[in-house]
Parts: sequence; C-alpha cells; structure tokens
Amino acid sequence: MKAVLPDDLRDLFSKAGYSNSWYQYVKAGDWLVLLLSGALVVLSYTLLWRGGVADRAIVKRDGQTIIEISLNSARKTSVEGPLGTTVIEVQPGRARVFSDPGPRQYCVQQGWLTRAGAVAICAPNHITLQLNGRSKASYDSLNY
Amino acid sequence: MTPLTIELPITEDDRRIARYTAAAIALTVAEAALPSPLPGIKPGLANIIVLVVLLRYGWRDAAWVSLLRVVAGSLVIGQLFAPGFFLALAGAVSSLAALFLAVQLPRRWFGAVTISLLAAFAHIGGQLVLARLWLVPHDGVFYLAPLFATAALIFGTINGLIAAHLIQCAHEAKAS
Repeated sequence: MKAVLPDDLRDLFSKAGYSNSWYQYVKAGDWLVLLLSGALVVLSYTLLWRGGVADRAIVKRDGQTIIEISLNSARKTSVEGPLGTTVIEVQPGRARVFSDPGPRQYCVQQGWLTRAGAVAICAPNHITLQLNGRSKASYDSLNY
Repeated sequence: MTPLTIELPITEDDRRIARYTAAAIALTVAEAALPSPLPGIKPGLANIIVLVVLLRYGWRDAAWVSLLRVVAGSLVIGQLFAPGFFLALAGAVSSLAALFLAVQLPRRWFGAVTISLLAAFAHIGGQLVLARLWLVPHDGVFYLAPLFATAALIFGTINGLIAAHLIQCAHEAKAS
C-alpha cells in the first residue's frame, strides 16, 4: 500500500478514528440539503410508485376503447370479441376479467387488478382491460 | 537518422493525481466484489477520494481523478466500453458538473456532505438519462428512480461524512 497511497492520504487513514462525533461535519447548510434531499426521495416514491389510485377501468377491443367504467360500484359488463363474449367484472376499487372464450385463460387467471396502469389482455378475443388513475403519466404493468 | 525522443515532463501534480487515482481505482475494484441488490446501486466509495481531492486540491484535480478512475477502473474489472462503462462515465461527468457548482457554495454553511449529496444525485440523474436515451428507450427506467435516489441519499451522506472526516484529519495532521 505504501507505493499506492499518497503520503498525505496514508496519513489520513492512520489518523482516522480520533474524532468525537460525526455531527461536527454536518454544517447548517448540510442539514438543509439533507432535509431537502430526503423530501425529494419521499416525493419520488409517491410520484413514481403510487401511480395514482385506480379509479376507472377501460375495456378495449383491437385498441379501440369500447367502454369506460368507473370503479365506484359493482357491476358486470359483457364485451363481444371475435371468439365470443368476454365478461368484465368491476367492484369498488378493482376489476377483473370474469370469463373469456380464449383457450389459455391468461387474462382470467390474472385475477383482480387494483393498481392504476395494470392491464389484463385477452389476446385471442382481442380484448384488453386496463385500469387508469387520475395521474396521466402512470406506467403500465406491461411496459415495466 | 536521429531517433525521435519525446520527453513528457512529469510534474508533481501528475504524481499526486496518479496516486489519488490509484487509491480510487483500488476502491472501485474492491466495490466491484460487493454484492448489490440492483445493478447500479453501489456505495461509490471511490467518490470519497474524488471529494477529498476536490476539497483539498480543487476541481481540476478532482475531474482528472474521477475520469481516470472510470477509465482505468473499468479496464481493471473488464468493463471497458461495456454498457456499465458508459453509465459510469455518464455518472462521473454529471457529478463533476454538480461538483463544479457545489464547490462555489459558501464553505461556511455547506460542507462535504452537501457537496457529496449533490454529486450523488447528479450521478444517478446522468445515469438515468443515459439509460433512458440509450439502453432502455422507455420511461420505465424512471420507475427505478426512487430506489436510486434512496441509494444516493444514503451513500451520498455517508461518503460526505467520511470525506469530511479525512479532511479534518488532514488539517489536524498538518497543524500538529
């Protein structure tokens, strides 16, 4: 290490450990910056991860919106696709594909969708169910 | 035909920068051995060296140490010109820009912790922007931003404290 470390740095390491408290290194402005940074981090979680509470379900066929249902009350809706009828069930705060004529039933097995941006796709029947929140730029579960 | 000899004069500055860079590379290599929960979340220990150099010798020296560290460090761990190298470079360049501004702050109120934090946030910022533009051309990368920001907050603070401690020790060593 002697050849690698600069003399003064080696000095520093040998002297390190004598200080009384780490607080002495945090100046008034540092506390301010720490506080603001902490707030920024918390804000980034709420902005990017909350994604907004889902408040409506959007059902699309071939990318065209067929129906928009608010997630306030329970109801069932049927949508016709090339293979047959897909039934969407909505309850307060959540929605699911209740039944679908597709062979593999992926979108049915996905179960209840609760988060804004969540998507269930019944590809064989060309139907998608998507939850949206208030915030516009929410990320969907497909793209992440 | 006379052989052409090119003499490169080596100044004391060069030696000092080289030694600090060596220390930074050593930390980079040591850190590469640490497990990480998510690629890109690292303590960034080499930045302690950059901070010490910045506060003791100025921004120019810090920039040299930081950039040489990225190039030589990734050469050592076999990452040169791999995506990780460019991410590290983007982080280093943007945090150097932040350091340039941060050292202008009044030293009476703002110490190493502030400088370290600003550099850490600039570091992840630069990396995220590059990752968005080049590696993951979708806004999904910003989904990870909170995690990176948390790491920047924690490690930025710790690195700043360690740098402040080392500088304090240097002052004491000089005084005694």
